[in-house]
Amino acid sequence: MPGPGSGQGLKDATAIVGIGQTAFAKHLDEDERTLACRAVLAALDDAGIDPGEVDALASYTMEETDEVELAKAVGLGDLTFFSKVGYGGGGSCATVAHLAAAVATGQATVGVAWRSRKRGSGPRPWTNTAVQLATPGQWTRPFGLLRPADEIAMLARRYMHEYGATRDHLFNVALACRNRANQNPAAVMYDRPLTREMYMTSRWISEPLCLFDNCLETDGALACVVVSAERARDCRGAPVYVHAAAQGLPAQHHGMVNYWTDDPLTGPAWTAARHLWKHADLTPEDVDVAQIYDAFTALIPLSLEGYGFCGRGEGGAFTEQGALEIGGRLPLNTGGGGLSEAYVHGFNLINEGVKQLRGTSTAQVPGAATCLVTAGEGVPTSALLLRN
Amino acid sequence: MLEPVTDTDGAPFWAYAARGELRVQACAGCGTLRFPPRPCCPRCRSFDTEWRLVSGRGRLWSYVVPHPPLLADYAAVAPYNVVLVELEDAPGIRLVGNVVTRAGAPLDSVPPGRVRIGARVQAVFDGSGLPAWVLERS
Ligand SMILES: [Zn+2]
Repeated sequence: MPGPGSGQGLKDATAIVGIGQTAFAKHLDEDERTLACRAVLAALDDAGIDPGEVDALASYTMEETDEVELAKAVGLGDLTFFSKVGYGGGGSCATVAHLAAAVATGQATVGVAWRSRKRGSGPRPWTNTAVQLATPGQWTRPFGLLRPADEIAMLARRYMHEYGATRDHLFNVALACRNRANQNPAAVMYDRPLTREMYMTSRWISEPLCLFDNCLETDGALACVVVSAERARDCRGAPVYVHAAAQGLPAQHHGMVNYWTDDPLTGPAWTAARHLWKHADLTPEDVDVAQIYDAFTALIPLSLEGYGFCGRGEGGAFTEQGALEIGGRLPLNTGGGGLSEAYVHGFNLINEGVKQLRGTSTAQVPGAATCLVTAGEGVPTSALLLRN
Repeated sequence: MLEPVTDTDGAPFWAYAARGELRVQACAGCGTLRFPPRPCCPRCRSFDTEWRLVSGRGRLWSYVVPHPPLLADYAAVAPYNVVLVELEDAPGIRLVGNVVTRAGAPLDSVPPGRVRIGARVQAVFDGSGLPAWVLERS
C-alpha cells in the first residue's frame, strides 16, 4: 500500500493504538489536571509506549490543562507538534485528525489527544453572565435564549414541524443510548433503565426538549494515542486505522444559533461528510457501528442525514424499528454516549469506536470492521472514519 | 434581565431599536441584507454599509419554551416563549425575540399555547431598546 506523501493523504496512514479513561461520575474528587494525567498515562500504557516517546499533543481550546502542565507532569519527551481545536464538542474528532496529519507528514511520531473535564462538579457555562460573547450572544441571550438546550430546541422544533418527526423519534435515540449504558459498567447510567413512560412524563428543559433529550453532566477524562500505521504493527494491541478524517465549517454558518442561513436545518455535518466520504473507500452503507455526538437527542436525526445514512427529513423515521439498537440498521453510541455513559465533549465516543473495532465493547457489534465517529453537529465539527 | 452586550458591528442595530426603528444592515455596494451585522459584504466584499428600515412584519419560523434551571430573572417568568421571526421583507433573516401581549409586557404575558409556527407578528418597541413581537389579529 502506498505510504504518506504518495497522494494517498491520510487514508490508513495512522492508527489509534492506545486508549485510556478515568472513572466517570457526577463528581470526582481529583482535579482536572490529575484526571488528564491519569487518562493520558492509561492510554500510553494500553499502547505499550513510554511517555518519553510522545512528541505531539492535541486537545480542545476549552481544555484547561495545557500542554506545558501535562507534558511536565507525566514526563513526555520533546514536543514538536501541539494543537488545540475550538468549538467545544465540535473539536473532538479533530484532535485525532490533527495528530494523524502531523504523524502522516512527519511532524511527529507519537501523538496523544485528550480531554479532561469536571462538567459535573463545575458551573454550567451558560450561567456566566460576565462573559457574553458579543456575537452572537447579543442577538439571543437578552430574550431568554440562554442555554445550548434552548438554541438546539429552536432548530428541533422547526425540524419536527417541517418533517413530521416526533418525540417518539427522539425517545428512540435516548433509549438506544440508555440501553447500551445499561450494558456498560463504566457508564454513569449503568444501573438506570429508561422507559417510554419516564421519558414522556419527564420535566421539560426547553420545549420541545425534555430532561432525557439532554446529555449528562459528568466529571471524567479520556485520551488516545496516534502513531503511524507502520509503528502501529509493533504496538501491544490491534491497531484501529484512521481511514478518513474531516473538519467542517460550512459557508455562512453561525454556530449553535445557525438561524440566519437559507437552510438552517443543514449544518457542519454535511460539510464534514462530503470531505470524509470523498477520501474514503467506504460509503455509509459500509458502516457497521456509529458513535454520533449526542449532547442532545435532536442532533442524531440531523447527523444521520448529514452523514448520508438517510435523505433530508428522514432522520426521525430512520430511528424506528430498533434501527439504533444492537442488531439494528446502525447500532448507535454503544457505550451509552453523552446521553448515558458520560459527557466529556464526545471523547468517549472516540474511545468507544476503538473498542468496537478491537472487539472489546461491552455492547459489541459482531464482526464490526468500520465505525463512524462524529463530533458535535450544530457547531464547527469534525469526524473520523475508523477501520480495523 | 440581560442587556445586549454589543460590538462595533451590532451597535447601530441597538441604537435604532432604542428609537423604535427596526433596521437591518445592508451592503451599500450591492444591496444584500446581512445578519448578524459584520464588517464587510460576503457577496461583493464591499465595506460600505447602510441600515435599511424594515416593516417589522414577520412570521414565526420556530419557537421554544424554556423551563428552569435558568438565570434567576428568567426563571421568575418561566415558562415563557422565545421565538424566531422570519422578516417579511428579508427572508433568511430571522430575529430571536419574545411574543408578548403589548409593548413592555412581560415575557410570560402570552400563554405558550397561543404561539404557533407560521403565525404573523409585528415588531413593537417600549423604549427599553429591545424589540418585542405581538401577534397580528387574523
Ligand atoms: Zn455587497
